[in-house]
Amino acid sequence: MESLTKWLSWLFGLVLIIILGYILGDIVLVSLKHFSWNFLLESPYSAGRKGGIFPIIISTLLILCISLLAVIPIGLTSALFLTEYSDRNNKSIIFIRKSIEILSAVPSIVFGLFGNAVFSVYLGFGFSILSGGLTLAIMALPLFITTAEKGFRSVPTNYRLVASSLGMSKFTMIISIIVPYALPSIFVGIILSIGRALAETAALIFTSGYVDRMPESFFDSGRSLSIHIYDLSMNVPGGDVNAYKTSFVLIVLILTTNALINTVLNNWYKKRIAL
Amino acid sequence: MSLSKYPWKGKLSDEECCETSSIISVKNLSLSYDEKKAFNEISLEINRGCVTGIIGPSGCGKSSFIHCLNRMTELYSNTQVKGDIHFNGTSIFDIRVNLLELRKDIGIVFQEPTPLPLSIISNIELPLKEHKFNNVQDRAVQALKDVGLWNEVKDKLKTPANNLSGGQKQRLCIARTIALEPKVILMDEPCSSLDPISTDRIEELIHGIKGKYTILIVTHNLAQARRVCDYIFAFWYDETSSCGQILESGTCAEIFQHSQNKIIRDYVGGIKG
Repeated sequence: MESLTKWLSWLFGLVLIIILGYILGDIVLVSLKHFSWNFLLESPYSAGRKGGIFPIIISTLLILCISLLAVIPIGLTSALFLTEYSDRNNKSIIFIRKSIEILSAVPSIVFGLFGNAVFSVYLGFGFSILSGGLTLAIMALPLFITTAEKGFRSVPTNYRLVASSLGMSKFTMIISIIVPYALPSIFVGIILSIGRALAETAALIFTSGYVDRMPESFFDSGRSLSIHIYDLSMNVPGGDVNAYKTSFVLIVLILTTNALINTVLNNWYKKRIAL
Repeated sequence: MSLSKYPWKGKLSDEECCETSSIISVKNLSLSYDEKKAFNEISLEINRGCVTGIIGPSGCGKSSFIHCLNRMTELYSNTQVKGDIHFNGTSIFDIRVNLLELRKDIGIVFQEPTPLPLSIISNIELPLKEHKFNNVQDRAVQALKDVGLWNEVKDKLKTPANNLSGGQKQRLCIARTIALEPKVILMDEPCSSLDPISTDRIEELIHGIKGKYTILIVTHNLAQARRVCDYIFAFWYDETSSCGQILESGTCAEIFQHSQNKIIRDYVGGIKG
């Protein structure tokens, strides 16, 4: 029985690796065959069949910036409220926590329609990078809050006791001890949020739109990399090669942000906290 | 290691060691966790500048008792404190008492050495800054010298405090407490997780700083109580009321040499415990 489970897990693990490897390999091989640096620096034309993706990279980064600027402060304060300033067993707190969990399972198209109704129409931001960024923020918030909350809960109670026993205020305790200690979890939350934002298509079609020109302000529509991939592969005959190359850029972008954040964080953590 | 180097060791005279003015006076103090009582109706006086020991077997409310003295018990869920504690003449439960100031004046060193996850020097500087002391750096260095840690850490002040050894961590925790210039230092079994050499250093330290600070130490180690304490309160678990109480109190010599109570006499004599 034991060897059977062992073989089964090996088998399924292997299947998974082969599927992932096939997708990645396909993308990398096709992209590298046609790759040139100009692809990153030119604007697209002929509906994206020709030219590059420079404005699309910029729009993507702008959307990402806006959503992170909204997610990080709101998410951190919410998580701190849930862990440090509220009673875990209080009924309304349990209700809030459950709601957050349910929100993180809502399909993205629902968030897209919500973002369209609230940001684009009601608040009058129209199809813009701002609407898109804020919609992504709302979508990523539940995930971010849950991750950050787990991080804050993992701070040993002893540190809280010691800080109080030294007559330190709660504010100092949170700023100097709890948040730094929980930084790895907070950054996992940020990485997950970035991943979720970069991968999102459905919610953005209704909010940031799919204009592929260079955006001039946050109120301009902008096309994200994932929408570009979707559009090229679904709506544009002959756009396949550029869809491949855009996917390649997206994957590299995600991997490098992850690696960068991890390295910086690990170095800092080792130097300062050393556990 | 000769006794002459440590004149306080084995001290068993009946003479009173220090002033006998009380700094903390506890009146009819009871503590319960949920429905379970930790100790009941305890009254005692702590003398200024002395080392007062609290001895007794596990589970008789010793630690809980000293955690009441700077209101740490309020941080644990489901605790209920009854009775009153006066510190320098005013009740610590008075609503005008600033809790942060109270905990600065009555510091505590925990059983488990727990440096904050910061650098060695920040561990001392952060609380100093929080209480708006001036010359924070000098004070931090002085505190490290006071606990005899300076020479060991002066080249790595900015490295994480968690890299220190157990004994060093505990001395850092004491340094962190005395840097705040408290009036009273509570020590909750400060040596129970340390090796004999580190224990020795901490006892030396206690002897060095007594007089300047009032020290209250909970210990399971009777030999240690005998070495460092001027006064002793012996706690015991009372079967009839099923909670802790004080069986006997007195100077170190009174408890260790001519205890009036048979249970305590057996306990300190190593026959029972």
